[in-house]
Parts: sequence; structure tokens; C-alpha cells
Amino acid sequence: MKYALLICDDESGRSGAEDIARGHATWTAYIESRGAVFLGGVRLRPSEDATSVRTRAGEVMISDGPFVETKEQIGGFALIECADLDTAADIASRHPYAAHGVIEIRPVLEP
Amino acid sequence: MSDEVGAAVGRAFRQEWGQVVATLIGLTGDWDLAEECAQDAFALALEKWRRDGVPHRPGAWLTTAARHRAIDRLRREAVGAAKLREAGILAGLEQAGTAGTAAGGVGGAGSAAEEPAEDEAAVSGVADDRLRLIFTCCHPALPLEARVALTLRTLAGLTTPEIARAFLVPEATMAQRLVRAKRKIRNAGIPYRVPDAALLPGRTSGVLGVLYLLFNEGYAASSGADLVRRGLTAEAIRLARLLTRLMPDDCEAAGLLALMLLHEARHAARLDAAGDLVTLTEQDRTRWDADRIAEGVGLLRAAMERGRPGPYQIQAAIVACHATAASAGETDWEQIVALYGHLVELAPSPVIELNRAVAVAMAEGPAAGLELLDALRESGALARYYLLPAARADLLRRLDRPAEAADAYREALALAATDSERRFLARRLAEAEGAGEGEAEGAEEGEAEPGAGG
Repeated sequence: MKYALLICDDESGRSGAEDIARGHATWTAYIESRGAVFLGGVRLRPSEDATSVRTRAGEVMISDGPFVETKEQIGGFALIECADLDTAADIASRHPYAAHGVIEIRPVLEP
Repeated sequence: MSDEVGAAVGRAFRQEWGQVVATLIGLTGDWDLAEECAQDAFALALEKWRRDGVPHRPGAWLTTAARHRAIDRLRREAVGAAKLREAGILAGLEQAGTAGTAAGGVGGAGSAAEEPAEDEAAVSGVADDRLRLIFTCCHPALPLEARVALTLRTLAGLTTPEIARAFLVPEATMAQRLVRAKRKIRNAGIPYRVPDAALLPGRTSGVLGVLYLLFNEGYAASSGADLVRRGLTAEAIRLARLLTRLMPDDCEAAGLLALMLLHEARHAARLDAAGDLVTLTEQDRTRWDADRIAEGVGLLRAAMERGRPGPYQIQAAIVACHATAASAGETDWEQIVALYGHLVELAPSPVIELNRAVAVAMAEGPAAGLELLDALRESGALARYYLLPAARADLLRRLDRPAEAADAYREALALAATDSERRFLARRLAEAEGAGEGEAEGAEEGEAEPGAGG
């Protein structure tokens, strides 16, 4: 099954680029060790740089900020393929952000 | 038409439903199909067993019947569509027939005379399916209320209306809850298996938590309440028994079963004829179920000997102290204090602190207990829990401070949730206001309340 892992945290203590790269390399290696596949993913700039767009009654509305103001914001996502939810949860639990943020696992809708 | 056959089908339903459904889910991966085919198999049994006699191994007969039904239905659906996946499942289903789980053709004349010897592999295969079903129903990715409902439906065989009644929600709500849970299992890829060794301890305690919640729902229902609701304790005990058979090495599963048996043994004496709470001290101990107590104590002893204590075993040990005391005066309160101390370390919770304080009051005197209760009160942790002021009131009463006791009873009265609790407290309040006598303890009713195991 394919799962999107939405990586959320409160955007307070972002670690340095080097730390993140190292953490990520360890994580993707772990994914492989579980017989799963890392299909891709990105890191996002903080939500202060976000812009939201809606179209209502033909009118385009553009506003500053994320679509919902919460403490936890999506800071990135990863796409993985693995056997089942237990494996996905195990992989998510090893993500460097799991220790201070939260990872939401969403199954990918496949035809 | 003999009632004997009806009774045999009823018995088989209680004993085999979970196994038939579990096996069919294992073979088809389709929860709805599994339930429907299991239902069809029981309907067929009612008809065939009247004609051919009750088979030697009803479980195997029913599993075979359900499996054949699944093959029929999948074949019909596969026609035209020729779905590869279903073809694979079909092959699996057909193979399962030759693998030995099933003996004797379903419709065949030989179905009443199956070979008596069931080979061990088949037995353990079935057991494994039920265990897979338990763990999947109690998967933490499902909401708690769905875990409970799914366990009752698929494993215990309660109908949706029965479960709805037991949990006091509309039938449509319960049906929706079950549909959503099954959909999530499928869509989110919740696996149908027993978790691996790394996950097993955490998942097992999740399963035990669901069973204990079931038990407590039934236990809290008064004898006058809906019988279905009251019947939840029996279902919980039945499922806990099954779990201890399937996981004989799990000491906490045994501890939970012992805990349930020891509580249930005293249920009849817990309320008087008017439905009012009777405190542990005042309970008529001759009304306790000695067989259940003996079984619970035996189970607990065997589990404890393995030296892997846990919250359920300790709670059971506490209840065993009460259940085996010949009279309230002979209760070993020092032992109970020590057990609560141990429990607080393993599973810290303010409810357990409260119970420990009450035990300390019994072992060392009300002043020592009150000191602990006051500390707990200051922490603010149990601000909405009526048993805290109720316990304080009781100790104040015993310390001959009736005015403060009356205040605390009033506080408890405002928080109590059920009529019988309120009647009990009102009685005590009246006594305190009259600076009355009486010497029973109200607070022990808090002993091992729901959720105390964490």
C-alpha cells in the first residue's frame, strides 16, 4: 500500500540543515531495511510563507497564511510504499520529527 | 422439530461464531462477506442438523458450510468480472477445504458422522485466526468505541441492535460505527495478524483494555438495567477466557480474567433489593460466588508464580484480599496497602492513589488516610470524581468531625452520577447532619473502579 506521511510540528525549534539531512538519511535507510520503498517527499518552508487560495462564486480569493491556524503545521511530507498500516506506523515512528511533532499517516487513494 | 437441535445451534453459535468469522476473514479478507457467510452457515445448521443430527464437531461443520457459501458467492461475483484477486481467494478457499479444517461435506449425509480426531494443526490454525481477529478488532488506529463494537460483533457474535442497546446509542449510529470501522480496516491497510514480538506487549495491553472496558460497562449496569447491557460482563469474561487459552503465556491476560471473575463473584451482593449500593463491609458474604472466587484466586496464583506482575494481576490480588477475607474485619489491609503501593508505581493514576489512601485509613487509621486524601484534593486531579469527597466524608465522619463530613457528603452528592450512588450519599449525609452513628465505609466502593488499570 502507498501512504503519505504528513510531517507536522509546531515550527518552533527547527534544527539545522545538516542535522536534518543526517536524520533523513538514517530514516530512509531504515525504510529500506523494513522492505518498504521511499517514493519521495519534500520539506516545506514554514507556514508564515504560506498563501491560501479559494475560488467562490467565480471569485478568486487569496489570503496570507495556511488554510487552518493550528499549533501544528505541515512541515513536509513523504510518500512510502509498504505492506500495511503497522509497517507504515513503525516507519513514521522512526522519522526524526516524530519525537517532537506528529506524523499523520494517510493512505493514498488508488484506483 | 426438537428444541434440542435449536439449543445445539445456540450453543454452537456462542462457542463457534468468532472462530467461523475469523477463519473466513482469514481466507477472504472480506469482513462483511465473512459475517454474512457465517450467518448463512448457522441458518443452514438449523435446517440440516434437524434432518441429519448434530455433527460431532459443530465448529468444523459450520466453518465448512460458511466456506462453501463464500465460494458460491465469490464464484457468482467472479463470473464475467473474472477478477484475478477473487480468483486467488477462491483458490485459497478451495484449498482450505482439503487442508483439514473441514471434515465431511456440508450437505452430505456424512456430516453427522465426522472423524472425531481433529488434527492439531487445524486446531491451532483456527486458534490463530481468532487471535488475529482479536488484535485487528482492537487495533489502536480504530477509535475506542469502534474497537469495542467490532469485538462484540465479529468475535462475540452480538447483533448490531444488541450492541446499540448495550451502549445506549441508536441502532443506526452503531451500524454506522461498525461500517466505518470495517471500511477503515480495509482502506488504511490495518493488517489481519497477530503483531510481531516488538509490538505485542503494547497491543496486548490494548486488547485487555477493551475487554476490561466491556466488563466494566456491564458491571456498572444495575440488575434492573437492560439484560443485554448486564450481559456484557459475561461476554467480557468469555472473551478473556478465550484470550488466556490463545495466549497461555500472558500473565496479564490471566490477571485480567482473574480480576473479572473476582469482581463478578461479588456482583449479586453489591446492591440490595431496592437497588441501593451495599458497601463491601456490609455485603452479605454468603451471597458471593465461591466457585468464581476459587477460580479467580487459582488463576491469579498460577499467573503470579511466573514472576511477571502487571497492573491487572495486582488489581486482581487486591480484589482477592477482599474476596477471601472471611469477614470485613479480617481483611488484610496491610497487604492491600502494599499492593496499591506497587500498583501506583506500575500504573500511576490518581484513582489508584485514592484507593490507596482508603486502604491506608483502614490499616493505620482514618487520620493517616485523610492526610493522603487531602494531598490528592489539593493536587486537583480528581476534581470531578465523587468518590474523592465521598471518601473524605467517610474518614471525617470516623474522626468525629460531623460538620466537615456533611460538607464533603454534599460535595460528593453534587458529583455522583447514578441514582443508587446519590441515595447512598444522601443517607450518609442525613446521618452526618444528625451526627449519627453507623460505621461502614463508603469509600471502598471505589476499589478497582473502571479505568484503574490504566
